[in-house]
Amino acid sequence: MNKVEVKRVYKVFGAREKEALKLAQGGMGKDEVLRRTGCTLGLQDVTLSIPAGQVFVIMGLSGSGKSTLVRHFNGLIQASAGEILIDGQDVTKLDARGLQELRRHKVSMVFQSFGLMPHKTTLENAAFALTTRGEKREAALEAGRAWLERVGLKGYEQKYPDELSGGMRQRVGLARALAANTDVLLMDEAFSALDPLIRSDMQDQLLQLQRDLHKTIIFITHDLDEALRIGGQIAILYHGQLVQVGTPHQILTQPANDYVRRFVEKRAANLEVAEANKPSAQGPAGSP
Amino acid sequence: MFINISFAPLEAAFREFVRNYGFIFDAIKIFLLQGFLVPLENTLRAAPPWLILLIVGLIAYHATRRWLPTAAFVLCLYLVGCFGLWDKLMSTTALMLVSTLLCILIGIPIGILISRSNWLRAITLPILDVMQTMPSFVYLIPMIFLWGIGQVSAIFAIVVYALPPLIRLTDLGIRQVDRETVEAATSFGTTPLQLLLNVQLPLARPSIMAGINQTVMMALAMVVLATLIGARGLGETVNQGIANLEIATGLQGGVAIVLLAIVIDRITQAYGMDGRQRRQLLGKGGGFPNPFRRAAPAEKV
Repeated sequence: MNKVEVKRVYKVFGAREKEALKLAQGGMGKDEVLRRTGCTLGLQDVTLSIPAGQVFVIMGLSGSGKSTLVRHFNGLIQASAGEILIDGQDVTKLDARGLQELRRHKVSMVFQSFGLMPHKTTLENAAFALTTRGEKREAALEAGRAWLERVGLKGYEQKYPDELSGGMRQRVGLARALAANTDVLLMDEAFSALDPLIRSDMQDQLLQLQRDLHKTIIFITHDLDEALRIGGQIAILYHGQLVQVGTPHQILTQPANDYVRRFVEKRAANLEVAEANKPSAQGPAGSP
Repeated sequence: MFINISFAPLEAAFREFVRNYGFIFDAIKIFLLQGFLVPLENTLRAAPPWLILLIVGLIAYHATRRWLPTAAFVLCLYLVGCFGLWDKLMSTTALMLVSTLLCILIGIPIGILISRSNWLRAITLPILDVMQTMPSFVYLIPMIFLWGIGQVSAIFAIVVYALPPLIRLTDLGIRQVDRETVEAATSFGTTPLQLLLNVQLPLARPSIMAGINQTVMMALAMVVLATLIGARGLGETVNQGIANLEIATGLQGGVAIVLLAIVIDRITQAYGMDGRQRRQLLGKGGGFPNPFRRAAPAEKV
């Protein structure tokens, strides 16, 4: 059974939500809905099945609705219509208390800009999920310490977030989410704010952790290379609509439409250029 | 061309209200006087001045973590004693502490409330504007109806005047907390109370402390006016100077208020930093030998 099911989800931003939703469900396009009602369509008719235990990448350019979509999974944004099932439980029907329980025990999240508490130490940040759900402080800190060590931050427990580099901060963010020990991990452009080297380190680390942990990771990115590297499956969003879902190989070899083709072609072209350059670049380097 | 509008019926209604419900205000008066102001004022006035100076020194050091300002603050208050105004200084301090405490008890909860609701804020802000622009003399009058001439009227006149900045800055501080941080905390399932206590209030702290600082400063500014309706303290000296045309007396009273203001301003500003920033200051500006640096964080005043 799939861990997460998204069924015909719409999201409308704006004052005339109901009206716009009706138009959108009637099949009207994003621009036309905006012109008629002044409402923005964030998501249109998204249906998606996410299997347990793998890294599922949702990819798209900015404005494609990918960050909006991921916030539906833990109720940070409420859908205008549709269902989101996690372990068969409909997130859109949960009340405040239900959402709290969901966030405490089932779904944790890593943020693009880290979202650390600047007034808490690294250790307190790592233990935040545990102290929030009421576990004993000592035990929570102990678990936080173990996770910090696991992401390579042993010795930094008493530092504050502003004393750490970007990569280290995101490790704290990762430790915090992993310490919550939830089945589902949402990562919203988690590595996008990091420079390329640190980024590929973090990708490696994530893949390594995933080999032991087998969590359901929903990873948002705008970067095709990142998506191809870590994704077991990739879903591509364009203007709030789902364009294609498939394995990295399928995305590369059978792009569903022109938008995906352009995405992929660029990379293919880059690859060709890189390969074409390789021998000539090696020539002078090898001669001295 | 003008139709006649008079607030006289309002006054009649107010008098009627006071006649019928005066006992509520009497109860508040007795509670404030017996519970807080009188014991506090008596304690401060009875305590030996060196003890007060020592306590102020300790608080100042705890706040600023530096010796030089601490010594300067103690010297400021010592000077007021030299003017022969120590007793009055203690009365003013007691009045100001009680008013500030009331402001904090009223202002911070209201600030928190209006930070969570836009319509509540839309209603409250104009009221705060009125409180700040209404000439203080105007609300001295109804205070006298409610509590008579005396310290309690003075306290409430001060509260009306000094409350708005605290409410505004509490609201602003909470609204300015980074949205991503709040979202991240929410995503781990915080209750609204957990979010408030563990994230929003600590991060709004500099703003709230600035509000408390403003409130204390405005309370001090009201001290002279409050003497008109029965407050004791340094304001009396200033008024005495005005009444008898004694320049020296008036000036001494005025300078004493300024000195007190400086001390309180600096101490409350220093508390706007969190403990961590103050510990770092200790390392930089304190000028101590190293062993002291380790001992200091455990120190409690």
